[in-house]
Amino acid sequence: MSESTLKTIAWPDSYGERAKPRMGFFTDTSVCIGCKACEVACKEWNRIPMSMQGFTGHSYDNTIDLGADTWRHVAFVEQRLPVDATEGGSLVQLAERAQAVDGGVQTYQEGEGIRWLMASDVCKHCTDAACLDVCPTGALFRTEFGTVVVQEDICNGCGYCVPACPFGVLDQREGDGRVWKCTLCYDRLKDDKEPACAQACPTNSIQFGELGELRERAEHRLARLQEAGQAKAQLYLADEDDGIHGAGAFFLLLDEPEVYGLPPDPVDTRRDLGSVWAAAGAAAAALGAGLLAAVFGGRR
Amino acid sequence: MTEARSYHGQPVIKQPVWTWEIPTYFFTGGLGGASAGLAYLAQWRGNDVLARRAWSGALAGVAVSPMLLTSDLGKPLRFVNMLRMFKVTSPMSVGSWLLTATGAATGVAAADAWTGRLPRSGAVARPAAALLGLPLSTYTAALIANTAVPVWHEARSMLPFVFASGAALSAGAAAVALTPPDHAAPARRLALGGAAAEVVLEQLMEKRLGDLAAPYEEGTSHTLSRLAQACLLAGSAMVAWGAGRSRRASAAGGAVMAAGALSARWSVFKAGFASAADPGQVVGPQRAAIERGERRGAARGHARVSAPDPARGSPATSVY
Repeated sequence: MSESTLKTIAWPDSYGERAKPRMGFFTDTSVCIGCKACEVACKEWNRIPMSMQGFTGHSYDNTIDLGADTWRHVAFVEQRLPVDATEGGSLVQLAERAQAVDGGVQTYQEGEGIRWLMASDVCKHCTDAACLDVCPTGALFRTEFGTVVVQEDICNGCGYCVPACPFGVLDQREGDGRVWKCTLCYDRLKDDKEPACAQACPTNSIQFGELGELRERAEHRLARLQEAGQAKAQLYLADEDDGIHGAGAFFLLLDEPEVYGLPPDPVDTRRDLGSVWAAAGAAAAALGAGLLAAVFGGRR
Repeated sequence: MTEARSYHGQPVIKQPVWTWEIPTYFFTGGLGGASAGLAYLAQWRGNDVLARRAWSGALAGVAVSPMLLTSDLGKPLRFVNMLRMFKVTSPMSVGSWLLTATGAATGVAAADAWTGRLPRSGAVARPAAALLGLPLSTYTAALIANTAVPVWHEARSMLPFVFASGAALSAGAAAVALTPPDHAAPARRLALGGAAAEVVLEQLMEKRLGDLAAPYEEGTSHTLSRLAQACLLAGSAMVAWGAGRSRRASAAGGAVMAAGALSARWSVFKAGFASAADPGQVVGPQRAAIERGERRGAARGHARVSAPDPARGSPATSVY
C-alpha cells in the first residue's frame, strides 16, 4: 500500500504545533439501510432549519440534495437487475427474479429483480477545496483537524462558493443570506466527540476517525466486498491523486459515482486558475490595444 | 457520447445564487473600466469634449457597480468583509480591490475633467483609472470561469476576451450616445470594433465549447444572445451611417448598441445556470475523459490490499 494512503495528514503549515491529525468520514454505503438517522441527528445537533416537506417520487428520497439546510443526504437508487443476470444461481431463483421484474414487484432484497443502493452523502472536506479557495472574505477556513468550515459571523453571502464546489454541497440559506454546510461537527471535535451523524448511524455505515486509519480500513472492506462478488464496488475520493487531492470524507460505492449523483472526476477549479488569470490579463492587454487603435487609428 | 447516468436527473453541482445585479454589473463594470481608458487616451489626443463625456461614463459605471454588488449580497451590511483580505485564488477578492481602486481614481479623474480643480491628484488618478480599468473589464470573466460550471469553466481561455470586447463596445456606445458627433469619431470606431469582436468571439467560443455550448443554443440564453446580435446589428448600422452627422442617430445608435452589450452579458450569465442544472453537462465530459484514459477519475475499483483483515473491516462485514 502506498505511503500516502496510510499517512495521517495533519495541517502543520497553518497550525504548527496545534495541528491535529486529519479527521474524516468513511461512508461505507454497502451497509447503509437508508434509515436517515444521520440526517435527523445532524439537523438536531446543528439546529438546521426545516427543509422542503413533500414527496419527490424518487424512491424514498425526499431530501433531494445537500444544501444550506441539509448537511447529510441519504440517496436511494432503485436498480432493476437484468432478467438474464447470471449471478444468483439456480434456475428457480432466475425464474423468480424474472417474475418479480415482469410483475413490477419491488423489494429491498437483492436477487429478486431490484437492487437498492443507499448512500449517505456529506460535504467532502476536500484537500483542495474550491469553496475555500474562492471565498473572498475568508469566512471559509481550514480547521486544525483538516476540515473545511464556514464562519457564520464573517460570511457575507456573496455566493461564490456555491457554483465553485464540484459536488454542489454549499448553498445560500433562504431568509438568511449566508451559505451553510457540514462542519464535520467542529464543536464536537473540539471536545473529542464524534460527529452527530456518525454517532447516530446504527450500522456504522458512517465511520468517523483519523483519515489514515479510515483509509486503511476501507481498503480491507473493498477487498472483502470484491471477494464476495461485488464487482463494481469502488472507493471514491480515497486517493491523493484525484482532482481534489483526495477528500476528508470518502465513500465505498457499489456502482459508478454518477449513479449516486456524485461527479466521477471532480476537480478543484483552482487547478486551472493560472490559465484563467493569464487569459484575463491577455484580454485586458488586448482591450488596451483596442482602445489605443480606436483613439489613434483615425481622425480625432 | 452516450447518455450520462444520473441520480434521478438531479443536478450534480449547484446553480449560482446570483441575481439580476450580477449580469448588470458585468456590463457596468466593463463600461466603467473601458470608459476610463477611452477618456484618458482621448484627453491625451487632445479631444477634451470626448474625454469629459467618457469620464462621466466611467464614473457612472464604477459608481453603480458597488451598489449592484452590495445589493446582491446575502448580507449587504457585511459588504466591507470583501476587503478583509486579498486573495489571488479568489477573482472576487481581486475584483473587489480593483473596483475600489478604480472607483477612487475615476472619481478624482472625473472631478478634475469637469472642474479642472484637482490638477495634481488628477494627473495621478487619470492614468491609474485608465490602467486599472482594463483588468476591471475582464476579471469578471475570470470570476465565472473559475467555477465548476462547465459552460463557463471550459470557455476559460475565451471568456475574458468576450468580456473585453463587450467592455470596449459598451464604453464606445455610451460615448457615442453622449458626445456631439463631430468629436465622437474615436468612440464610433471603438463601438463598431467592439461589437464586431463581441459577435465573432462569442461564435468562436460556442464553436470551441462543442457539445457544452448547448445552453447557448436553446432557451433564455439563446434568446438573449439573438437579441444582443439584433441590437448590435441595428445599432452598428445607425452609428456607422447616421451618427457622424446626426446627434439623434448617435443617441439612438449608442443606446441600442449598449443594450446589445448588456443582453450579451445576460446571455453568458444565464448559460451558466442551464449548464449547472444539467447533470449530463457535468458528468458527460468527466466520464468521457476517464473512458479515453486521459483522467483516472476519483473512483478506484481495485483494493490495495489482497487479504481482507477481519479485525479492521467494517463492523457489519459478516453480511457477506
